[in-house]
Formats: sequence, structure tokens, C-alpha cells
Amino acid sequence: MSQIGSFALLLALALSAYSFLAGVLALAVPGPGSERLGETARRAGIAVFGVVFLASVVLVVAAFQDDFSIAYILHHSNRDLPAPYKFATLWSGQEGSLLFWSLLLAIYGLVLRLRHKTDARLFAYASVIIAAVQVFFLMLLNFAAHPFAVVAGEIPPDGNGLNPLLQYPEMVIHPPMLYLGYVGFTVPFAFALAALIMRYPGEKWIHITRRWTMVTWGFLTCGIFLGMHWAYSVLGWGGYWGWDPVESASFMPWLTGTAFLHSVMMQEKRGMLKVWNMWLIFVTFGLCIFGTFLTRSGVVSSVHAFAQSSIGDWFVGFLALIFATCVFFYVKNRNHLRSEHRLESIVSRESSFLFNNLLFVMFCFTVLWGTLFPILSEWVQGTKVTVGPPFFNKVAIPVALLLLLLTAVGPLLAWRKTSTESIKRNFMWPAIGALAVGVLMMIFGVRPWVDVSYFYALMAAMLAVLVALTVVSEFVRGARVISGHTRQNLLASMVQLWHRNTRRYGGYIVHFGVAVVIIGFLGSAFNRDQEQEMGYGDKMQIGPYTLVCRSYTQEDKPNYGSEWAIIDVYRGGQLMDTMYPERRFYKASQQTQTMPQIHPTLKEDFLLVKDLYLVYEGINQDTGRPIIKAHLNPMVPWIWAGWMLMVFGTIIALVPNAVPVKLTAPARVQAAPVGAD
Amino acid sequence: MRVQPTFQRVTRLALLCCVLLVFMGAGDDGARFNNLGHRMMCVCGCSQILLECNHVGCQYSDRMRGELLAALERGDNDDLILQNFVQKYGTTVIAAPTTTGFNRVAWIMPYLALVLGLAAVVLVVRTWKNRPLVLPADAVPPASGAELEHFREEARKDTEV
Repeated sequence: MSQIGSFALLLALALSAYSFLAGVLALAVPGPGSERLGETARRAGIAVFGVVFLASVVLVVAAFQDDFSIAYILHHSNRDLPAPYKFATLWSGQEGSLLFWSLLLAIYGLVLRLRHKTDARLFAYASVIIAAVQVFFLMLLNFAAHPFAVVAGEIPPDGNGLNPLLQYPEMVIHPPMLYLGYVGFTVPFAFALAALIMRYPGEKWIHITRRWTMVTWGFLTCGIFLGMHWAYSVLGWGGYWGWDPVESASFMPWLTGTAFLHSVMMQEKRGMLKVWNMWLIFVTFGLCIFGTFLTRSGVVSSVHAFAQSSIGDWFVGFLALIFATCVFFYVKNRNHLRSEHRLESIVSRESSFLFNNLLFVMFCFTVLWGTLFPILSEWVQGTKVTVGPPFFNKVAIPVALLLLLLTAVGPLLAWRKTSTESIKRNFMWPAIGALAVGVLMMIFGVRPWVDVSYFYALMAAMLAVLVALTVVSEFVRGARVISGHTRQNLLASMVQLWHRNTRRYGGYIVHFGVAVVIIGFLGSAFNRDQEQEMGYGDKMQIGPYTLVCRSYTQEDKPNYGSEWAIIDVYRGGQLMDTMYPERRFYKASQQTQTMPQIHPTLKEDFLLVKDLYLVYEGINQDTGRPIIKAHLNPMVPWIWAGWMLMVFGTIIALVPNAVPVKLTAPARVQAAPVGAD
Repeated sequence: MRVQPTFQRVTRLALLCCVLLVFMGAGDDGARFNNLGHRMMCVCGCSQILLECNHVGCQYSDRMRGELLAALERGDNDDLILQNFVQKYGTTVIAAPTTTGFNRVAWIMPYLALVLGLAAVVLVVRTWKNRPLVLPADAVPPASGAELEHFREEARKDTEV
């Protein structure tokens, strides 16, 4: 089994290297045979998918067959591991996750190479760049992190098992989503670099990559939110985001990718920011690789320590190579990116995009700075310092609030110039609504002068409401115009409105989702928790809830043993739910893991929903009674609802327009003749 | 004439209320425990805030929380408590860089970058705004003033959706 996998990986490396070298030759040395050579490079790239897929299947089959002769399977699986987690073994450890990365890149490459007729030459360049990235990952897999390495000596009868933290349903889907996001940014990167290398005329490469970028961004968003939900549901500390370096590593490309999705519109509509956009996508891809480096290298301490290894140097080298390549071609062809920058008015969509991009990039810089400062501190003053949530909350929240303000204001500004009357007309009701929410919050006890977290919560609530109301008002205003013309009802008009410009209205739904997420975040300022030892019939009061311990018990299952409590939840004397917080002991890995129980209070509180979150902390050895920690986390379900809205908006934005929207930016620069470079 | 003293009284009263609200609870040990516990990390290697570490069987967090409570009961001030923890567990026990020495750079840099970035964007916007429109010699002169507003209004009507 391991020999098939090893051979497949070697063959994949050979095919990728051929795809890269033959592709470069075909593009650089035009001649009678270059077209055929280029075609063989494309087909070799397609074949890479088949071979990497074979290697992945072999690893998964080995996991299902409990083939502990393969070291990776021995270290990340065991006989009693449930089937979904055996499948997830593919991305549960370093070697497997690198293979998974390679597989996803091969899938993206396959789609790209099959669609080569869209623009054969541009796609050929992009294909070569993807092949180069693939060569790097396959070299890692073959020479530094081999997933099919065999166990020396006697083969143990059972494996070490999967890390308990990873034995949760979301872990079957969170890493693939995140990886689809990380790997996906290779495609816009490849097209951007290809366009720069070949001095591609006009903005067509942006139209081609727009959908790729949006899909990739959507996957990355899903990956980040699934990771948050996993942290919330598994780690048992009652939070969902701890500014862990690996969390930050996924957030940074999301920030620059989001900036790119906005600024690219400036290039499409006005032919502006060509250099900026090119570098934004370069940086986004670089941050994806950097994120993998952070996860794998162990240069910063993280809760993702299980993923650390010694392959960090490979990533540093690869990052340096990417940077050098980008700089080289930028310097060589920068005159191709000249664009005419002219603004008619400061109060315009263009200006708002400039500020929006600045804030996204500054946000990213702040996160990067905080992530790397411990290393810098150790280097400069010889002592390592911790840069944790208090730092990020202080420096990042103001930037996030400014971004939220722009999210509200930006869509109301017109391209080129916005009149004061138009701002007043579009902004008045949302602003009144936001102020009303602020006043209501203060009436109900939010005192912004008492604690800075309350101040931030108040500002975030007002701005989130402002964003939501501007989005709603945009939909209503547009639908009214259509309704006036067609005599349809408002809802039907909204559907028609969306279908006329899916990207714009999909984007608005994403903005609405962001506002909902922010409302969810601000609830954390009002979190409460309580810890208590609970014997039979003991009660604990948290907020309006009375928790009564009905029983506690133990259970033995093939994969793990567990202790759990049965807690009845009362509110106003009425039984609302029965919860079962649990602590598991995984036999193969000899590790314990809490399994918190969450009760969203949707029925009781509706919009002011909270999560009642119970953690079985352990047993008091002296009394033999369980210790239960209860958290009451307001508004958390809003976060997941907002995420759903963001995904929905992204899907909407991907639907083609009923009437194609014509773009105005002309192709100003002619293509350089082939071989002129 | 009677408005001024009333206004002053109301202002003073409001200020007094603010001061009282700010200082109410400042000496509350529960609030201080919560505040200080969120400014320190658990040192067991779980990379979590001290009061949020629920690491099963953690050897450190319970002990550290106990030490924090004892320090509060002794009446130590916040700085002294943090200093004692640093002496015992090292600089990494503090969850954010201090505001002394080189650590100040950690706090200054994000704000400095933001201010410089904002200044750069404002400069760029102003430069682009003042840049004249370059047209070929045989081009039709651009619309301006009332004519431009008329076109804009027409365009707005046509493309409101």
C-alpha cells in the first residue's frame, strides 16, 4: 500500500516538474513545436490531479484498513476510531494535510486547465505558475514530510489515535474549507502574475479570476467561522476567538482578500489601482503560505501546537522565492501597470474604497505585528513577551469600528461624485435608527463611560445597525423603482433587483451578514460565568436560569470512556431543557477532552438570544462530585446566523446577472508581442 | 440670567455622577480579580487567558488563581500583583506587552501605521482630485457645471437600480 502511495507521489512530482518546465519552454521559446509542447505541459498538469488523487485515496484506504505499517496512520488513527474521523485522517496530521493541500491544488489546476479555451495564452501562463507551486508541495511531500513513510521494526497492534481535539464533527469539514480558501488563492495569484509576466492587455484577467476569488474567499470565510464554532464547541472556555497565532494566520489573508474584492472594482470600472491590486493578491497568496509556515514551524506558541514540525525552513525559502519572483516581474513590467488616477470628488465610491483598503491592510498589519512581536522582542531585548487578546482587542477594535462605518457609508456613495442631497436622502433614516438603538441601549443600562468594553459594544451596535439599515434601505429603494415600472409587489421587485446585479446585491447581503456577526461579537461584553461543585439535587443560579444537577454518571465506549452530568435547566420555575456536559478520556491517545453542552435561548429570548454553555470541568477527588462551569453568553447565535448570511450573499453574488452589466474600463495597453520579454 | 447657575449646577452634578460611576466598584475585589485574571496567561502551555483556562488537569491555573486571590486579600495593588507574577512565572505571564522600554513599540506601531496610512490616503485622494483631465487635441470638451449636473440627473434616473 505504502509503495503505491510513494510511487504516486514521485510520479506526481515528475509530472508537475514536466508541466512547469515544458510550459516555460513553450511560452519562452516560440516556434513550430511550441504549441504542441505547451499542450503536453497542460496534459501533464491534468495528469497530476489523477496521480495525487490516487495517493490521497491510498492514504484514506490505509486508514480504513488500519494499516499501521504506515507511520502516519499509526500516529493519527486507531482501530476504534469512527469512520468519519478515519476519513479525516487525511488532513489530521502534517504529512496528510500537505498531501491534501496538493490534492486541492491539483483540483483547482484541473479546472483551470480544462477551461483553457477561455484564453489559451493567459491560462497557459497561469498553469505554469500553478505547476511551480505544485512542485514545491510535492517536493515537501517526497523529501521532507512523506505521508507513506513506513514504521521501522515491529508494527504495533493499534495506532496512537487521533488528537481528541480533532474528534468533533466540524473537524471533518473545517480544515477542508480553510484549505480550499488557502489553496484557492493560488489561482488569482497565478492569473495576476501571469498577466504581469505577459503584459496582458486590459482588465480581462480580473473578470476571469473574479469568480475564482469570490469562491475562494467564501471557502476561507467558511473555514474561519467553522474554526470559531469548533473552538466554541470543543475547547470549553466559552469563547470562539482567542487571537491565537494560527487563528490570526487564517484571518490575515481573509483581510487582504476582502480588500482585493473591493479594490478590484476600481480597476474594473475606472481602470485605477492596477499596481495596488496586483500586490494585494501577491500579498494575499504570500500570507496563505505564511499562515502554513506559522502553523507548521512552531516559531510562535499556539493552541495548534499539534501541527508543529521542522519544515518551517522550506516555507521560508518558498516565501522568499515568491517575493523575489513578484518583485522581479513587477520591476521588469511595471510600466504596463500604469493607470490614470483621477478623482472627480472626494465624496465618491472611489475614495471610500481607498479608505476601505487602507483599513483592511492596516488591520492585517496590526494582526501580523501582534503575531510576530514576540519574536521581535526576543530578538531585540532577549526576552519573549506574550501578545494576547488584551493587545489585539485594544488595537484592532478601533480599526474594525472604522471599517464598519465605511461598510455603512460606502455603498451609499456613487461612483465619481455624490451630491450632499443624495447622502442626506439615503443616510438620514439609517442614521436615526442607529442613534435610536444607541439611546435604547443606554436606557437599558449600557454605560459606555463605565468600561471601555461597553463603549465599544455601544459603538459596534450602532454601526452594525447603521450597516443593516443602509443595506435594507438600498434594497427597498431599488425595489420601489422596479415596482413603479413593473407594478410587481415589493418582494418580487427585490428578486428582480437582485437578479439584475447579483454581485452588488449579493455584496450587500454579505455586508448585512457582517453587521449581524458584529452584533453577535458585541454580546461578549456582557458574558457571565459561574463555577460550582454540584452533587445530586444541587442548584446553581446564573442569570435567570436555575441549574439543578439531576445525576452524574460514567460510561465506557470503544474509543473513549466518559463522565457526564445530567443538568435540568429551569427558568421562572419552568423546565426549559436538560443538558449533558461531558468529559471524555480517549484510550488510544490517553488524553482527556471536555465536551461542552450549549443551549441557545432562542425560544425564551428571541432576538436577545443567549447561549447557556455548560462545561464538565472534572470531579473533585475529595467529595467525588462533579464541578460544573456555566457560561451565559449573550448574542452568540447571531454570529453563526451572520456567517450563514455572508455565505448566502457570496452565493448570490456568484449567480450570473440576468442582464449583463457592462464595464467601462477600456483596454488601454496593447499586448506585447510574444517573445518580446 | 438664572439659566447660567442652573446649567453649572447640572454640569457639576453630571460630572459628579460620572466620577462616582467610574470609581464605584474600583475597589471591588471581584472586579479586580476578573480584570487581573484577564490580563495574565495560564503558563501551562495552553496559550489561554488565566481565567479562561479550563485545561483538564491543569497544574498551573488553579494555583495561579489562588495566588491572585491571596494577593487581593492581602491588599496588594495591581502593579505589585503583576510584578510578583512576572518574577515568579516570567514575562510571558502578562497577556499583553507592557508600556515600558522596547515593549512600547508594540503599542505605538499599529497606531503610527494607521495615522501614516490615513495621511498617505488623504494625500493621494487630494492629488488625484487636483489632477487635470488630459484629453486628446481633437476630443470633445468635457461637460461641466449645469450641463454636467443635467447629465448626472439623467443618468441617475436611468440607472437608479
